[in-house]
Amino acid sequence: MSRIKTCFDRLKKEGRGALLPYLEAFDPDRETSLALLRQMPEAGADLIEVGVPFSDPSADGPTIQLAARRGLKAGATLKGTLELIRDFRKENDHTPIILMGYYNPIDSYGVERFCKDARSAGVDGLIVVDLPPEESEELAPHARAEGLDMITLTAPTTPDDRLKTILRKASGFVYHVSITGITGTRSATEEQLKAAMTRLRAATDLPVVAGFGISTPEQARAASRISDGAVVASAIIKEMAATYDEHGHATARSIPTALEKIRSLARAVRS
Amino acid sequence: MPVDKPITSQLNSLRTGPDERGHFGIHGGRFVAETLMPLMLELEKAYNHAKTDPRFQEELDYYLRHYVGRPSPLWHARRLSETLGGAQIYLKREELNHTGSHKLNNVMGQILLARRMGKTRIVAETGAGQHGVATATVCALFGLDCEIYMGATDVERQKPNVFRMHLLGAKVHPVTAGAGTLKDAMNEAMRDWVANVENTYFLVGTVAGPHPYPAMVRDFQSVIGTEAREQIQEQTGRLPDAVIAAIGGGSNAMGIFHPFLDDADVPLYGVEAAGLGLDSGKTAASIARGRPGVLHGNRTYLLQDEHGQITEAHSISAGLDYPGIGPEHSWLKDIGRVNYVSATDDQALDAFQTLTKLEGIIPALESAHAVAHAIVMAPTMTRDQTIIVNLSGRGDKDVPTVAAHLGVKL
Repeated sequence: MSRIKTCFDRLKKEGRGALLPYLEAFDPDRETSLALLRQMPEAGADLIEVGVPFSDPSADGPTIQLAARRGLKAGATLKGTLELIRDFRKENDHTPIILMGYYNPIDSYGVERFCKDARSAGVDGLIVVDLPPEESEELAPHARAEGLDMITLTAPTTPDDRLKTILRKASGFVYHVSITGITGTRSATEEQLKAAMTRLRAATDLPVVAGFGISTPEQARAASRISDGAVVASAIIKEMAATYDEHGHATARSIPTALEKIRSLARAVRS
Repeated sequence: MPVDKPITSQLNSLRTGPDERGHFGIHGGRFVAETLMPLMLELEKAYNHAKTDPRFQEELDYYLRHYVGRPSPLWHARRLSETLGGAQIYLKREELNHTGSHKLNNVMGQILLARRMGKTRIVAETGAGQHGVATATVCALFGLDCEIYMGATDVERQKPNVFRMHLLGAKVHPVTAGAGTLKDAMNEAMRDWVANVENTYFLVGTVAGPHPYPAMVRDFQSVIGTEAREQIQEQTGRLPDAVIAAIGGGSNAMGIFHPFLDDADVPLYGVEAAGLGLDSGKTAASIARGRPGVLHGNRTYLLQDEHGQITEAHSISAGLDYPGIGPEHSWLKDIGRVNYVSATDDQALDAFQTLTKLEGIIPALESAHAVAHAIVMAPTMTRDQTIIVNLSGRGDKDVPTVAAHLGVKL
């Protein structure tokens, strides 16, 4: 059974939703992001999203744009990100890792080779922001062949009939983009999220997690109860980035700050 | 004059693309986030409906004739031709359109579509500011809110256009991400759109982006080629021996090329901006120095590094300073129908001055790249041969840039 399915099955038994913190690879350097990645499960991460820095993150807000820029400056590549995950897997074999990014670095790497390398590095699922179901057939068969879940994104703008069509092929879990907007900006209300979940539950039996605009423990708790999990990205990166020195380098406070944020979110999700 | 329609019934035509999912060969497509995907489908439906609606065509024809100022003349540039001593050069005078470039052809079509769709707020990206000015103009005409995203570098080098947009009532947002040019403006416009999908129409300025933009913008710009094809035959009795157009995203080129695509004996030349030189590392020539990749909603030739990160383009001309190109051009390159060549910053500066002195026409630096290639080609051809150059914009906006390069203090 896949790590993703095992994880959601276990959480279902525990009667709670998942916390999915996000980490931008190589932000602000490889060592720091690897150390943080290794400590995230202990701080309460149920699944981890690892962002692959891209030069043109057009669906991201200022916080993740800056993180991507720092990552690229530190030498991040798709290959380097897979190596980071390979190192993480040496010590952790159970926490699902979801790779999140834009399509061009994957396209450039070669889709077939990428899926093989991602699998062997220990990646469990892929979220490709700018690869909608209409275009995903160039990647999906290779992902399936390697047992990688292609995580389907849904949005408030997705009509019901389209939800049914695109979720028919979904696997792993569904990522609901809870606002119309970019990452780290506004937040959905509980009512909006509840209404979205009613539509989504009618269209799929897979776990559904909510993301975009979830920043506080209260929001994470609410989202993880209404849906099956809460993704928190910009809020963690923002607090961590505030600890960097004037050159954008990590300081002794950087990792503890990020971990403390994750712990506070985890406590809320588990309370 | 009606906007040219794709000839769907003609077999073996190069004018029937894209396929129903927006692909031109391996290029094009709809690589957008899910939030935008339903909008792309809605836009496609609305456009397909509009283009077969005679009332939409009539309305567009009315504005093209009485507001834009179409048809634009085809001018026989006798002194330029005489000086070069070869082929006769004809200039398709798109710089005479209202707002000073070909941009208004597309903007007029899309704004009428946006109105049909009930949108009240318009966002657009701009490089040189020509598309931003054209968009701000129609928003003023129809009383719509207008938000323009422009790279901070471009805001600096295109100050006259920025002020024009302010006067027209648009809000100009300088974008500081990246190198602060067209690519970054495009990212930011997409971010605005995704956050305001309810009431907002994204008015793309070139033949790039997710389907149906490349095809739709091409259709609206094809009026250039449709007119030029008739005009050259009226004036010379036959089709031209070459058609030349500058390429950034490629809308003026696609507009003049498309009606000639099935004229197999008319060679077409797309001129990319070589910047400081194709191998200088400071270039905007996506076809000459790029490879296929996915950016801004479509697959096309892109300037990128070995890891798939998009690299910064460079050109003296803000309108050509983009690391990609419209997907239909990429396909035309792959099948060999269009010859893609390039001109450097220096060649464009020379052509800018030559055309101004010999014909009394100040071209935009973008269009000067096309003129530069005509200057290379014409002497290799005979005096009874003809070249059409798409003079896509006027150069008033570039006077400060050119002065600075020539060491003149204004």
